[in-house]
Amino acid sequence: MKAKSILTAALLVCTASAGYAQKLNGAGATFPNPIYSKWFSEYSAQHPGVEINYQPIGSGGGIRQVTAGTVDFGATDGPMSNEQLASAKVKVQHIPTVLGAVVPIYNLPGINQELKFSPEVLADIYLGKITNWSDGRIEKDNPGVKLPNTEIIVTHRSDGSGTTFIFTDYLSKVSNDWKTGPGANTAVSWPKGLGGKGNEAIAGLVRQMPGSIGYVELIYALQNKIPYGAVKNASGKFVKASIEGVAASAAAVKMMPADYRVSITNQVGGDVYPISSFTWLLVPTQGLDPAKEKVLKDFLGWMLEHGESEASSLYYAPLPASVAAKVRTTVAQMK
Amino acid sequence: MDSKTQQSRIPSFSESLSQTAVQAPDSATAPENRDPVVASPIREFLAGRGSSAFADRWFRGLMVACALSIFAIVGLIATELVLRSELSLKKFGVGFFFHSGWDPVAGNYGAWPFIYGTLVSSLVALVIAVPLAVGLAIFLTEMCPRWLRSPLAFLTELLAAIPSVVYGLWAVFVLVPLLREHVNPVLAKALGWTTLFSGPNYGIGMLAAGVILAIMILPIISSLTREVMSAVPHMQREAVLALGATRWEMIRMGVLRNARIGIVGSIILGLGRALGETMAVTMVIGNRPEIAKSLFAPGYSMASVIANEFSEASDDLYLSALIEIGLALFLVTIVVNALARVLVWAVTRGAPARAV
Repeated sequence: MKAKSILTAALLVCTASAGYAQKLNGAGATFPNPIYSKWFSEYSAQHPGVEINYQPIGSGGGIRQVTAGTVDFGATDGPMSNEQLASAKVKVQHIPTVLGAVVPIYNLPGINQELKFSPEVLADIYLGKITNWSDGRIEKDNPGVKLPNTEIIVTHRSDGSGTTFIFTDYLSKVSNDWKTGPGANTAVSWPKGLGGKGNEAIAGLVRQMPGSIGYVELIYALQNKIPYGAVKNASGKFVKASIEGVAASAAAVKMMPADYRVSITNQVGGDVYPISSFTWLLVPTQGLDPAKEKVLKDFLGWMLEHGESEASSLYYAPLPASVAAKVRTTVAQMK
Repeated sequence: MDSKTQQSRIPSFSESLSQTAVQAPDSATAPENRDPVVASPIREFLAGRGSSAFADRWFRGLMVACALSIFAIVGLIATELVLRSELSLKKFGVGFFFHSGWDPVAGNYGAWPFIYGTLVSSLVALVIAVPLAVGLAIFLTEMCPRWLRSPLAFLTELLAAIPSVVYGLWAVFVLVPLLREHVNPVLAKALGWTTLFSGPNYGIGMLAAGVILAIMILPIISSLTREVMSAVPHMQREAVLALGATRWEMIRMGVLRNARIGIVGSIILGLGRALGETMAVTMVIGNRPEIAKSLFAPGYSMASVIANEFSEASDDLYLSALIEIGLALFLVTIVVNALARVLVWAVTRGAPARAV
């Protein structure tokens, strides 16, 4: 493996000096960084002379840099807004790559059963309307669980993040008060709670404080074996997040728009896990050097053929077949 | 910093200082000069290097350029901050600095809770760190047995070398649970009536941020204070002792009084670090842009909000508001430093030998 990478590096140096090397720079979302790094290094290994660099600087930075033309492609966890698209110097196409989900985690000593949350309860906990674990509405979701009479300590991400975007986007859909109040964004004005920087800080806060609740990415919970609660989906079924449940919510989208800017939270369907989202690559549709454009297009084709199947080994949900087929057509139509 | 405070110290022992300053190079070259017949390498070099006027002019020019570069750097930072925050400056005006509210969705921004959080957490840090640091420095310079001196000094300096993220992690896993389970309940019971130590006790919050900052600035203040105190000439100590002072009186009148400008200077340096500290504070302050009376409550600091939200701030006003927070931090640092200088001036105006 090491010898191989040295060989590739040597090859790259050779081709670079020969003038064949094609180097692409991308920047953006941190959430898909593990799978992107894996993809880019594998793709480079299989395509000598091509080098793709990706800097996980955050979705906001990714959007800014790609629309300003300082990088060859961007990546984001939340789709660009209409204003952002309109004011962008470089026009871009959203290409969904993998899916993620957000799960509620909590710390209630002595409770061994897995908690269930209905959407309104989750929203009202974060709005500060439900302040105690023994609240009747939580008990109603969890018959047979003896909930303690303790204050709910709300925790949330303090850094701007795609996770927060997905979570608040979901809360906006299920609660009118949330929609007209804090709203959906990578960072919002939280009505209550303690802020922690990063998934690990939220997990740390929740682990330390009995009575606390927080939200983290599904991947983070799976990798670190953090227990998490089930959430009631729009079909009225309590679903515990899983890679399959996330893929199901992408497959449940009836009208996939041509630019793929779609929120897939709160989809209808029996197996759907409701707090799910795509993450996107932002590919410029104009102004990119034709040689680079060719490489990028080839990479997207490779990603759909080979890359997607590797997603679940890193706990990402791959695109469901229906979406992958549509993306394939979009990529083929790109000049 | 050090040499500057030494120079501006009270005239009474500027003499003795200049003496030591002259002595140092002397003792270094002493072995060379012992025999006048042997040609010294310095003499050889000076004889062979050519015009001294030319060399002097070059040296002077170079040093002036170094000094002026400070103006250029500060000027560039200030202009860049102002230019980049234009959007938010125009929209919110001066009110930005005194307005509470931080809502990226509605596009409503104000810096006041962040300014408050930065100032209060730094103040808590100073209240804890200054007595500790000065006490440590007194012990090290005046009463520490020789065998203990270097391990203690080494450990203090080691504290200064620990990266702030490590402090943050330690705070999250050790300090915060300790505060939550043992310290805060006691504080609430004893001092709860002040409302400074009341309300829900999460462990993380303003107090935790202040304590971790105190630990971080302790080595800076104590090692600089130690340097300044050991620069006080022994004659001063002997003179006060000869007048019949106790050890504490000797330290107070002979040492602390003479070293006070340097001590204030070291406190200012520590405060500077506390104001700008980002990582460790973010991890324990609770990141809530709210002004609460209780130190148990979560708060937010200027450096933390920039670090937290900059990478994901996608719309222009949001970014501009974050940069204006940077401008606010810049201004607060300037104001605090200016106030500290006024304080130094006020303190040092008095007569040198009062028994305060």
